Amino acid sequence: METDIERQAPARPALSRPPRDGRRLMRILVVEDDAETARFIAKGLQEAGHVADVVTDGRQGLVRAVGEDYDAAIVDRMLPGLDGLSVVETLRGTGKDLPVLFLSAMGSVEDRVQGLRRGGDDYLTKPFAFSELLARLEVLLRRRGGEGVETVLRTGDLEMDLLARRVKRAGQAIELQPREFRLLEYLMRHAGQVVTRTMLLESVWGYHFDPQTNVIDVHISRLRQKIDRGFEPALLQTVRGTGYVLRVPD
Amino acid sequence: MSSVSPTDPPQTSLLRSRIFRLTLIYLCLFSAVVLGLVGFIYWSATASVTRQIDKTIDAEIRGLAEQYRERGTVGLIQVIQQRVGAAGATPGLYLLTDRNLAPLAGNLSRWPDVAPDPDGWVTFPLEFPESEGGGLNFGRGRVFELSGGLYLLVGHDVRERTRIAAMIRETLAWGLLAIIGLSLVGGLLMSRSLLRRIDRVNATSRDIMAGDLSQRVPVTGRGDEFDQLAGNLNAMLDRIERLLAGMKQVSDNIAHDLRSPLTRLRSRLEVTLMERHDEAAYREAIERTIAEADGLLKTFNALLSIARAESGAPRQGFAPVDLAAVVRDVAELYEPLAEERGLTLGLGEIAPLTIVGDRHLLFQGLVNLLDNAIKFSPAGGQIALSLTRSGDRACLAVADGGAGIPEAARAQVRDRFVRLESSRSTPGSGLGLSLVAAVARLHDGVLRLEDNAPGLRAALLLPLGKRSALVESAAAASRAAVRPEQDRPSPDYCGTKPAAGSKPLAGV
Repeated sequence: METDIERQAPARPALSRPPRDGRRLMRILVVEDDAETARFIAKGLQEAGHVADVVTDGRQGLVRAVGEDYDAAIVDRMLPGLDGLSVVETLRGTGKDLPVLFLSAMGSVEDRVQGLRRGGDDYLTKPFAFSELLARLEVLLRRRGGEGVETVLRTGDLEMDLLARRVKRAGQAIELQPREFRLLEYLMRHAGQVVTRTMLLESVWGYHFDPQTNVIDVHISRLRQKIDRGFEPALLQTVRGTGYVLRVPD
Repeated sequence: MSSVSPTDPPQTSLLRSRIFRLTLIYLCLFSAVVLGLVGFIYWSATASVTRQIDKTIDAEIRGLAEQYRERGTVGLIQVIQQRVGAAGATPGLYLLTDRNLAPLAGNLSRWPDVAPDPDGWVTFPLEFPESEGGGLNFGRGRVFELSGGLYLLVGHDVRERTRIAAMIRETLAWGLLAIIGLSLVGGLLMSRSLLRRIDRVNATSRDIMAGDLSQRVPVTGRGDEFDQLAGNLNAMLDRIERLLAGMKQVSDNIAHDLRSPLTRLRSRLEVTLMERHDEAAYREAIERTIAEADGLLKTFNALLSIARAESGAPRQGFAPVDLAAVVRDVAELYEPLAEERGLTLGLGEIAPLTIVGDRHLLFQGLVNLLDNAIKFSPAGGQIALSLTRSGDRACLAVADGGAGIPEAARAQVRDRFVRLESSRSTPGSGLGLSLVAAVARLHDGVLRLEDNAPGLRAALLLPLGKRSALVESAAAASRAAVRPEQDRPSPDYCGTKPAAGSKPLAGV
């Protein structure tokens, strides 16, 4: 890389491909010192309809994050100049609540806890699948939408009453086990966004681990049986190679 | 002392050795004490002899004064002459003089020049005639003034005292010499024998530093502190050797097990590139490649997890873990999968146990055991999960009715990448049980694989901390009131057979 700052997505091509779901274009700051990884992330984000600015140095990253208006930042932990943790901590110190996703090779539970405690919103361990990164990033981008205020979640004709803990589809009550309820709640809160299996394990089951079998798939298919069987259209869809999405098909 | 480095000479010099120096210091202290003791004996012996002499002189003076009173000057002279005559055999000294100190009788040639002390005691040089062996000595005596203006001196020569003193001095000198000599020889021998043993340890260390890790410090079998040191060093070396062997095994296995999928991946990409394809075919090839890469990453992640667990690093984040909740969560997560495969997942006894540990790793460990059980159970089989207390340990057991693992292969499967030939057709990295074993070791526990007749019972035995033991003791007390003693699981056997005592998970 010739310069430490490289604008990966000039205004021209970013608009040539409209963002998915017709959402507005997101500007994302990528602070990553490995040129190859940075290029790959920027390319992927561009494909997904976002604009990515790549910075390879921690200090530069902090300057850009504070001075410019980004929708989210992806920050590596080990950076030249200033390490990722300090970048985010300082950023939070300035009062900026820009969503930050840590991307790091340091993947132990303690490392994750440290990253989240110091101001990160999510933590992804290298090596990672880009689909996982994108899914998590989009959840972060949407999180600003005032989560937790609603008492009723709706996706199409599926309705979840969070207070009464009741689920209805097309006015018809659906009986769910507690875990199925939480699984559906998570999917509904992130309706329209791809959620990965790891995200579900972390958020719904609360364990960070690596299943040998696709144990989540069975839970999803059980849930699908209850919410989609006998109804049209099917809301709970599988995204091949990545995870699931709950949405009303176009 | 210079610092020990591999370049030091192989033999530690005796004179530079710490032991020899300590021996010398001890020797000096000991000699000083002996010297003081013998000096005291010398002093008290000579003092005692002196007192004896003084008493004798006193008695004689009193005797002679009596004679003078009764028989006058002439009688006194006679008695003195008698005594002098006999004094050849005794060390007695007598001298009677007139008021001008001119000798009247006695065996001294003249009155001594030395002035007596206020009590009349006087010590004076004495020259013996050739007939009595000659030589110079000292005499000790008492001066007495008689009523007629005469002077009387009665004394003793102190040859006896000098002789005793000389004897004591001589004994002391020889004794000290003997002590120093013996201690030196003893110290040398002791130092040499200790040095030899230390040198053996040093020699072994140097061999090991030179690269021969199979060397061990010799143990004499005497059970002394050197044997303990040697034993500890050897145990440490055994552990290091095992770790190194393990690492070598791991790298060999990585090379072996990852080379084939990597090769496959590479050749698939190469072939795809060579052939002319439409976009769909490219897409399919790429998707298969990604899937394969994901598999590789999974294997790497498993290896990383094992390495981390074995390094003990997760101990820093240890916190109390409700094992019963972990077991229930695992059961809840896997029950649909088991059901889909036509298996019954049952919960046996779930004791309310808490240990201090890593919740995520314990969950992962249990998941791996359950994954295995599900993988190897025939359709219609039963799997039982249980959490029991076995002595001062918690026992997390997963029992299945599958093919099991032959007795001889049980230790082997806990090693990394070992997959029994019969399981080669089923997917998996072969790291599952290795990770469970590493998690068990991280929590100071063990992974035990037992015959479930038929099938396998994998039990994670984890020591309960003091804190959890307290929590548990109340529960145990209440349970004991209900359950007869013999119904308790024996420490050797834990876990529940699927056939007995487990109920299917209802409504999860």
